[in-house]
Order: sequence, then C-alpha cells, then structure tokens
Amino acid sequence: MAAGVAAWLPFARAAAIGWMPVANCPMPLAPTDKNKRQDELIILNVSGRRFQTWRTTLERYPDTLLGSTEKEFFFNEDTKEYFFDRDPEVFRCVLNFYRTGKLHYPRYECISAYDDELAFYGILPEIIGDCCYEEYKDRKRENAERLMDDNDSENNQESMPSLSFRQTMWRAFENPHTSTLALVFYYVTGFFIAVSVITNVVETVPCGTVPGSKELPCGERYSVAFFCLDTACVMIFTVEYLLRLFAAPSRYRFIRSVMSIIDVVAIMPYYIGLVMTNNEDVSGAFVTLRVFRVFRIFKFSRHSQGLRILGYTLKSCASELGFLLFSLTMAIIIFATVMFYAEKGSSASKFTSIPASFWYTIVTMTTLGYGDMVPTIAGKIFGSICSLSGVLVIALPVPVIVSNFSRIYHQNQRADKRRAQKKARLARIRVAKTGSSNAYLHSKRNGLLNEALELTGTPEEEHMGKTTSLIESQHHHLLHCLEKTTGLSYLVDDPLLSVRTSIIKNHEFIDEQMFEQNCMESSMQNYPSTRSPSLSSHPGLTTTCCSRRSKKTTHLPNSNLPATRLRSMQELSTIHIQGSEQPSLTTSRSSLNLKADDGLRPNCKTSQITTAIISIPTPPALTPEGESRPPPASPGPNTNIPSIASNVVKVSAL
Amino acid sequence: MDRCARRCRSPLGQAARSIYQLVAGSLSPDSVEDEFELCTVCHRPEGLEQLQEQTKFTRKELQVLYRGFKNECPSGMVNEENFKQIYSQFFPQGDSSTYATFLFNAFDTNHDGCVSFEDFVAGLSVILRGTIDDRLNWAFNLYDLNKDGCITKEEMLDIMKSIYDMMGKYTYPALREEAPREHVESFFQKMDRNKDGVVTIEEFIESCQKDENIMRSMQLFDNVI
Repeated sequence: MAAGVAAWLPFARAAAIGWMPVANCPMPLAPTDKNKRQDELIILNVSGRRFQTWRTTLERYPDTLLGSTEKEFFFNEDTKEYFFDRDPEVFRCVLNFYRTGKLHYPRYECISAYDDELAFYGILPEIIGDCCYEEYKDRKRENAERLMDDNDSENNQESMPSLSFRQTMWRAFENPHTSTLALVFYYVTGFFIAVSVITNVVETVPCGTVPGSKELPCGERYSVAFFCLDTACVMIFTVEYLLRLFAAPSRYRFIRSVMSIIDVVAIMPYYIGLVMTNNEDVSGAFVTLRVFRVFRIFKFSRHSQGLRILGYTLKSCASELGFLLFSLTMAIIIFATVMFYAEKGSSASKFTSIPASFWYTIVTMTTLGYGDMVPTIAGKIFGSICSLSGVLVIALPVPVIVSNFSRIYHQNQRADKRRAQKKARLARIRVAKTGSSNAYLHSKRNGLLNEALELTGTPEEEHMGKTTSLIESQHHHLLHCLEKTTGLSYLVDDPLLSVRTSIIKNHEFIDEQMFEQNCMESSMQNYPSTRSPSLSSHPGLTTTCCSRRSKKTTHLPNSNLPATRLRSMQELSTIHIQGSEQPSLTTSRSSLNLKADDGLRPNCKTSQITTAIISIPTPPALTPEGESRPPPASPGPNTNIPSIASNVVKVSAL
Repeated sequence: MDRCARRCRSPLGQAARSIYQLVAGSLSPDSVEDEFELCTVCHRPEGLEQLQEQTKFTRKELQVLYRGFKNECPSGMVNEENFKQIYSQFFPQGDSSTYATFLFNAFDTNHDGCVSFEDFVAGLSVILRGTIDDRLNWAFNLYDLNKDGCITKEEMLDIMKSIYDMMGKYTYPALREEAPREHVESFFQKMDRNKDGVVTIEEFIESCQKDENIMRSMQLFDNVI
C-alpha cells in the first residue's frame, strides 16, 4: 500500500460499510490498536539542528529507519529526542520525503554523500521523483565512470596473473596498448590494410602501353605482383580473423558483430576468386565481387575511434537523414512532373518521360547544372523555381542536421534513459502492488502456518510471521472483509507453504481414510488447548466463515502430494459446507450437537463459498461445484467425510 | 524504414502545419483551452468549532483527519478522479473504480462533483460515530444509486459487480459470471419483504436489524478511528 495514503486508511475502512449488508458471512474481527497513542510531535535532533514532525508522518514509510522501531536506537532519554549524528542538510530532503511523499535530489550535494545518507536512512534512491531523477542518474553515472576509469588505469599498470592465454589474447586485440606484441600486431594489420587499399586503387591506373596492344591498367600488366600482394594481405587478414575468432569470449556474438562481418566480406572475394575458374560466364560476376574488396577500408574503424563515432551517429541520426531524403524525393517528383508537362509540347526535347526528368531535377536542385538537359522557355520558368527551391531544400536541413548530430546523440541517450526509467518505474509500481498484496497473502500464510504448527504441536519456531505494523494489519483486515463479503479469496500459490507443511507432516499418504482419521483425531484432541490461544493471537484470521460458533476445522494446509491425493488434501484442509443439505461440520465437536441447520443457509447460500487456501494451483475440475450427493445418515465424523469428501467444496478457516 | 516513416510523419505534419500557418499568416500559439477545473480554487473548511458541532468527532480527531485529507488534496477538494485513485491504492489486485464512484456519489451530498472536507467528515461521522440506524441509512443511501428511495435489482447488481470487481482476477474460486447476480438474488430474498422487486428503506432497516451478522459487523466501525 502506498504509504502516502496511510492517512486515508480510516476512510477506506469506513467505506467498507457498503459491503456489510450484502455480505452473507460475518466479518472478521478488527485488529485493535493496543497502545492507542494520540498523535504526538517528535523531535529529531540532527547534529544540533532540531526538526519536529508528527509521529504519524514518519510512520507512513514503515520500512525505513525513521518509520520503524529502528529509530528507538537513537533515542536520547535525557533530552527525550532522537539524535542522529548525520548531515542536517541532507536530512532536510529526507524529512521532506516523509512529508510530501516525494524525494528530491539537491543539485549542490555530492552524489556519493547523498547516497550514503539515503542508505543510512533506509530509503531506496529509486523513489526519487521525476523532477530530480534524471539529474541524479546523470551524476551517478559520471561518478561511476570516473571511479571506473581510475580503476582501469590502476589495473592496466598491474599485471593480471590469472588470465588464461585466450583472455590475454582477447585483451591484446581489444586494447593494443596493453602489451608491445599487441601494439606491433595493431600496426602491422593497419599497414596491411593500407597496402591492400592502395593496391586496389593502383590496380586500375593505366600503366603505359605494351607495344602491340592498347593501354593496360597496371593490374593486368603486373598481374603477378599484384596477385602476390593481394595474397599476402588476405593471408594476414585471414590469420587475424581466425585469431580473433579463437580469442573471442563469446564466439557466437563475435560472429554476429559488425566488425567481423566486414572482415569476412573483405576477404571472401579472394577465396571465391581462387575457387572459381576463368569461366567466361562467371567472370562478370567475379568482377563485381572485387568491388567488395573496398570494404577493407572499413577495417580501419578498429583503428580509429572517430570512424566508429561517426558510424554510430549516422545510425542514430538515420531518421533525420531519412526525412531529408523523403522531402527531397517529394520535391523531385513534383518538379519532374511539372517539367515534363511543361516540355511536352516542344519537339526534340530531352524530357521524354517523368523518370527522365528526374535527372534534370536532381541536377538542378543540387545546383550542379550539367547542362545535358536544357528546357525551353516554358520549362525555364519552372526550372528556375526548381533551382531556387533546391537551394532552400538542401541548404536548410544541412545545418540543422549538423546541429542535430550532437542534439540527437544526447537526446537518444536521454530517451533511452527515460524509457529505462519508465520501465523501472512501472516495475517499481508493480512490485509495490504485488508487495502489498503479497504482504496480505504473506500474513494469511503465516496465520495458516502458525495454526498448523499449533495443531501438530511441534515445537518448531512459532514466530513465523514478522510483526506487522498496525496500519498493515488494518489494511489486511480490510481486504479480509472484502473476501468475506464476496465469498472469494485471494490466491496464495506459494510452494514454500507446501514444503513446510510436508515437513511438518511426515506421513506417507497411503491411505486416505487413515490419514483423515488421524487428522480428525489429532485435531479433536488439540481442540480445547489450541483453539483459544490462536483465536486471541490472530484475531483477524481465525474466525471461520459461516459457522455460528467460530470453531475449528481440520486445518491441514495442503502439501505437495501427487494429484490423486491432492483432492483429499484440499478437502481436509477445509470445513466442508453443503449448500442445501447437511450439516456435518463433522470436524468440530460442536457439530455433534448440530442438527440439520437451516440457520446456516442464509449465511451461505451457495455451496461454492470457499476461502480455501490452496498451495498448488489445482485444476478447478477437481472440485466440482454445485452438486452434492445425499449424505449418509450417520453423523459420525469419521465416516462422513469419505463419502462426502469427493464432491463438496470445502471452506477453510482462515 | 517503417520506423522512419512513422517518425517522419509527425515532423512532416508539423512542417505542413507550420508552412500553412506561415502562408496563412496566423502564427498564433496553440490555444489550448484549459479545462474548467471545478476545484482549482483552494477551499478552506469551516472552523473547527463548527465541525465539532456538526459531527461527532473530537477536536483531535478532526485535526488528524484534516491533516491526512489536506496532504492528499492540497486544494481542499477531492474530485472524482482523485478519489478513485486514492481508493484504488488500497486494492491493488482489483479494479475499485466503480465502487469508488458510488462512494463518491454517496459522500458528495450536494452533488457538485467535489467532496470537500465537510462532506468527507460528515460522511465519516455517520459511519464511524453514528447509531446503527444512521449507518444503515447511510448504506441504503449508498446503494440507492439514483436516490429515489428504493433499491432496484439493477442498482444492486451494479453495486454487487463493483464489489466483486475489487477482488480482481486471481481469486479462488474463480469468479463466475453469475456470482453477482446470485448474490443479488439472495440479498433480495432476504430484504424484500413484500416481494415487489424493490427494497425500500424500511424493509432494508427492518431486515438488517433482524440479521445478527449485519448488526455485529456494523459494530466493527466503532474503533476505526
């Protein structure tokens, strides 16, 4: 439950008046306020500065230092105040959190000092409000990076003794500065990349004529030399790729990474060329493949941080570029259409179709103006509009895009942060919600376990549940009333419960009847002794639904049995109530006196009213609802159960 | 490209809009009409003495109540949205908004769309400090959605559904469709003496007084504050 609305709990409990007349069952008892204190002012002395607040303000957040009994450790008897030897400035923010429900981060504070204070007072930093959260996270990240950089530079100086050979190699690949060998390798590969690129370029330069034939490019003239160079480069690249593949901590991820794809694309053409023969048909395709050799230049990005950043920013700026492209395309199509129709009339015009005018439009808009297509008078008007608008269309977005680079870069970072924060926030809200509902189910479960323990009389730890605050117990009572009103119950599916109970009861459940008898007897025996203490200790949890005398039940929580036995367990864990017939509250002594009690009926009309706690989500089919067989005549407790056991849905006492 | 198209559309829309505005010469800022908030004005309740006379709370209790009230609603008035939101925090698993609406209408006695502190405290005073008959009256008033003096089956069904909604989906046994209706039927069987299909206030109070469970549960409210 959100602590901020604890003050409205009385209202919520009062609003439950609407459920009372429609409820068919009596409500559980309310938790009483044992030490009903009037709301009082308490004084918090933080390093000499006195803060005062109401006690209930602090109790809004019972899981923090100030809201729990932990602050009693700081109570100073002489001065009757709570003394904290901490920073009063930060305490101001902390106390405002209790008052307003929002935690703020003051900008002038050091982030680590603030974190320390929050940790001391038991407040999670995730609660920081939206207004200050971004700032907090930024500062925290900066700080963390700074610390990490310090650590890294320390680490680089020391030797890491325990790295394996593979890890050393990977480190050498990623950070060439770690060792001399890595540096040498780094420069050698860089050199060969450069050589390879220059080779590719020079290959195509015409090298002078061989007598008796036309001018040849160098590549064909000195083909052997170039081939050797190419082979050498490719071999180096292959070796490098294989070494990286070997050293990579996650090979699968390495193969999928961009750099390794570039590596592969760079060296594949060579191998494909080796494999293929000088076949006329495929040589055309082969030539195309050689184009991919230019990708070797991208291998430089491993060597240059700047290239990597450029690539990343282009990627993140893709939407703006896309928009520019889209608007240009729109303009091109518009003007090409206009030019085409303007030039349609004139003969011998080059504007034969709209796609043919595209070229003119592009050339004009980018102010290139080759002059291969020139319009006539009508076209000139539109052509001039085209070139003017081209200037605007292109010149305007370019500076915007340039400034967008830095803005978008930061903005993307912040958008991701906000998304992560939103996810974290939603997760927090969900956790708080499930926390509050879990708290209720938890207390139910604890109540259940406590009773189980009492029943079996084992001297195990009886302090199962932690003491809940008054507000929590009142909230749980409210939820419990709702369960009673509707006759449904919140699901507890907790494997822990089943484990514990199977520990408690080490039976081999061979014989259902035997077990039932055992249970009946043990519960009957324990009846006088255990019921009253448990009644008083768990006021909200032991009144049973629909029984006039709030008595008991064979209260054996379910345990982890195979499905065939499961049904019997379910039944055993509950009192069974029959909708229209018979009374046997056989498990309680009082039932022996009970006759066919029509009085029960107004309380529980339907036979489906259960508040069973089932530890394993059982298929509902196991408990057929609504039908009931006629009960046997004898009211004996032991014999009744097996016969009725199979079809009636039971109700458990909580 | 798909993502680009989606993101392109909004800057395009904005570009088109601004071009239109430029051409049309109307670069006026967006005129967003502020919704008329009924409760923006800060409302101060009447003095403590008057509230003490009108309700059955002691001075200290009123102080505590007001502090909690003002903390959640600094403007001094709760509107329906706020009310629903506050109430839903107590029932994380289910949907309490319908029941909260009914509650809001019950607290908002002058039907002006806002619950002020006086309304709030007046309602609480009846529920927590009133006689059993007062409380039953209040409950009847809650059930009677159209305030015509009698509860019909449809009204009761609405109320019942809203209560069951608060339980949420994860219940045992699973909520069946007919459960609210059946519950309403049983309620009417108990309450509707003359079987005319509506429950009047007299029938209601009479039937409740005969029912021990209801009487006992009404006494639960004595110790809430």
